[in-house]
Amino acid sequence: MSSLHGFDLRMQVNGQPVELEVGYNELLIDVLRDRLGLTGTKRSCDMEVCGVCTVLVDGQMVSGCTTLAWEARGKNVETIEGLAEGDKLHPIQEAFVEHNGFQCGFCTPGMILSTKALLKEYPQPDKATIQWYLHGNICRCTGYKKIIDSVEAAAQAQAQTAGAD
Amino acid sequence: MRAVGQSVVRRDAAEKVTGRAVYVGDMKLPGMAYAKLLRSPYARARIVSIDTSRACAMAGVLCVLTSEDLKGIDPYFGPVLKDQPILAAGEVRFQGEPVAAVAAIDERTAAAALERIEVVYDPLPAVMTLDEALAPGAPLVHETPPRANGMFSDVKNLIARASNVVHEFHYQHGEPTEELFQSPELETFDDVTTYPMIHHVMMEPYGCVADWQGDQVTLHAATQHPHPVRRDIAQIFGLPLSRVRIVVPYIGGAFGGKSYAKVEPIAAALSRACKLPVRLCLTAEEAFQTGRKPSARVRVRTAVSPDGRIVARHIEVYYILGAYADVGPRVTQKAGYTALGPYRIPNARIDAYGVYTNTVPAIAYRGYGVPQTALAYELQMDRIARSLGVDPIELRMRNVLRRGDRYTPSDSDFDADLPGDLAELRHGMPERGSRGPWTGQGMAVTLKTTIAPSLSQAMVRVHADGSASLFTSTVEIGQGAKTALAQIVAETLDIDMAKVQVILADTALTPYDQATSSSRSTTLNGYACQAAARDVIRQLRDIAAGSWGVAPEAVKAEGGIVKAADRQMSYGEALDSLFGMTGAEVVGVGTYAGAMGNVPLSGITPFWEIGLVGATVEIDHDTGETSVHELVSVADVGKAINPALAEAQDEGAVMMGLGHALWEEMVYADGQLVNGNLVDYRVARMGDLPARLESIMVENEDGPGPYGAKGIGEGATCAVATAVAAAVNQAAGIEIRDLPLHPERVWRALRDHALTAQQEGK
Ligand code: FES
Ligand code: FES
Repeated sequence: MSSLHGFDLRMQVNGQPVELEVGYNELLIDVLRDRLGLTGTKRSCDMEVCGVCTVLVDGQMVSGCTTLAWEARGKNVETIEGLAEGDKLHPIQEAFVEHNGFQCGFCTPGMILSTKALLKEYPQPDKATIQWYLHGNICRCTGYKKIIDSVEAAAQAQAQTAGAD
Repeated sequence: MRAVGQSVVRRDAAEKVTGRAVYVGDMKLPGMAYAKLLRSPYARARIVSIDTSRACAMAGVLCVLTSEDLKGIDPYFGPVLKDQPILAAGEVRFQGEPVAAVAAIDERTAAAALERIEVVYDPLPAVMTLDEALAPGAPLVHETPPRANGMFSDVKNLIARASNVVHEFHYQHGEPTEELFQSPELETFDDVTTYPMIHHVMMEPYGCVADWQGDQVTLHAATQHPHPVRRDIAQIFGLPLSRVRIVVPYIGGAFGGKSYAKVEPIAAALSRACKLPVRLCLTAEEAFQTGRKPSARVRVRTAVSPDGRIVARHIEVYYILGAYADVGPRVTQKAGYTALGPYRIPNARIDAYGVYTNTVPAIAYRGYGVPQTALAYELQMDRIARSLGVDPIELRMRNVLRRGDRYTPSDSDFDADLPGDLAELRHGMPERGSRGPWTGQGMAVTLKTTIAPSLSQAMVRVHADGSASLFTSTVEIGQGAKTALAQIVAETLDIDMAKVQVILADTALTPYDQATSSSRSTTLNGYACQAAARDVIRQLRDIAAGSWGVAPEAVKAEGGIVKAADRQMSYGEALDSLFGMTGAEVVGVGTYAGAMGNVPLSGITPFWEIGLVGATVEIDHDTGETSVHELVSVADVGKAINPALAEAQDEGAVMMGLGHALWEEMVYADGQLVNGNLVDYRVARMGDLPARLESIMVENEDGPGPYGAKGIGEGATCAVATAVAAAVNQAAGIEIRDLPLHPERVWRALRDHALTAQQEGK
């Protein structure tokens, strides 16, 4: 259904089907934060250069601040809220906790989702690959070293579980 | 020790990695309205008229405010001088200054309403640079001298005259330096450096949710200063302090930028006017128009004996403070005071000035004025070393303050082991000497006081089951205070950390704390938290002594148990014994109150924060591009309450400083800030991390805080840009004295150097 003002958007968010009417010019970040209450996705530069609004659309990194909601139609959108299962943190989240991959936490949801995309594409990334892949996620607090430690630890944990399977 | 000195997991970890941590922009109160600000397009202009009628008539607009609507209150704020209007009144003084505010049913409507506000401006000549501001007959940024706020006892010499120089600080000891500079036995060095305007780039821009109800207001504010902001709001609106409540949620980075009132007064005014909760969240671009680091021009003259000892130094510092003073006068005097550097200097003179211009106001920034002066005095130390043929670290070794020295004759004893720290750096940078072409090494050592005098109070409640809650107004800005303070309280009460809850920064509940700033929280607020926990222990011992009929001194408290001779009971049992009923609690209070003293700044700094960084760089001599291979920081922390978090603070400080060294600069052209956004303003990114970044912790347990802790988190930021500049100068044999070291600047310096060499060769 579509009208002059908007259309019915059907997508999956964190595995759950979602259907709502959105405006043609509504941004994905606003739909997630304001309409669905998923405020874990943060906003900073609003210009697709800082990465704090990163979400995964069908597994790909996307800046929520410059993506129109309708671009997600029929797709699966993954936000930071979708990673943990109940109290059980995702291995990437665990690695960020253990290695202090954050301070203020504002860049963290985007950083963790970008890490998820990275590890899917490059399960055993070297340091240069991590730096290149996450170059678009700014963190003003940590100095990045402990984020890289976290990503490396997450890669290792992933390899171990894969080996165990 | 069971808690202190352990790298325990952060208290905020689970919330922050799952997206559940709440920041101001995530808050939604019932009926909440959304605000936007209209900003001045001119650096300086007279406001001829503002017509808001078309905006007011728009569907969904709840209220529109201009300075005309703020008549019933005291519509000015500013921590030192009340010179900043909540909304520009009569005149705008920088491009980006708020002129009108709209609250509407959503942000989109508020933004659309801004476009329907018609402002007629009469542009006036502006002063954009230091030279323009100081020129005879220059237009005055403030034609009438502003009122003092009265918040700081230590700000002296505020100038009550119409001048662009808003504050001066002067100091001297020993012989007149001018005479020594003429001495034939001494070599005198004279250098001028400039330091650009730099923005904080906290990833979360400014935000506040104001909720005015009846005769009271609650502000959910991203601020480092809940109590000072409460005071400002109370004064502006004529409310008792008890009717103003500031609650601080998680903050997405601050770095000094969220010090004192910023967006809180206008958010409160909007909520009061439309009788609804109002959320005002700025964009990242607006954050650039809210505050920046003071830019500076510094001249340093130093007379040195042939054996490389500093005999005299005169430093002249001009801080360019922008359109409103904010904390600029305090930066001027505090950083002015330490501008001699961490050295023994028998004859010294300091002249520091804070100057208004028509640019974004300069506000607090990690390092508080020290990086600007360090660039001058440390690059000069390198030049002295070269001229005398001495190794740069050796030259510092000869001159640095020793433990127990006095920075100035009336100051507190110097509390760090600088020769030891320098030895750590030498040890930590083994490549020294084995360099390739176009590769260089540099270092810088800096000195910073903490805010002094300052005040913190804390409260600890021990509950009926022996668990405890700490109430303190420290703000969790990412530094890990929530975790470190829990560690201090658990250690002092000698109970498991899991039993300690921490309630932070809600002025209705948590006791007074002056500031989460100046590297003071773990050390000085931590001192108050420890004192509160000790107060609880004292009371528990008294209770047990009373119940057993023994002297309190005979009772020991250990591991959550009070014991005397063969008797013992848990903290909880002790509380039950008090009234013969269960449920009672003991409440302990603790205070840190800094000492006043007969020192030039009137408050005695309780610790000296050292910055010590070494850098190895390589230059591309065709493009002028600098690659940083190695950054080593020595953090003299006294005692790391949580070593991993202390290291994290230091690493973050270094990498922030790397941006200051290489790229960061707010650029003005024709009165307009031209790069105030994250596309055009470049900060350090992950790919910029050098191959080696190391933070060396020195723990001499010589600080005034719990277990010997000292402040940490600013030191490296003070030193790193200068260390990188020194390394670039050494790599290329050039004398760059200005930041940032972007390729064009380095390339031009290389070219000039080559031309001079050619001409000299002829
Ligand atoms: S807010 Fe979307 S990339 Fe910065
Ligand atoms: S943790 Fe603060 S921006 Fe990354």
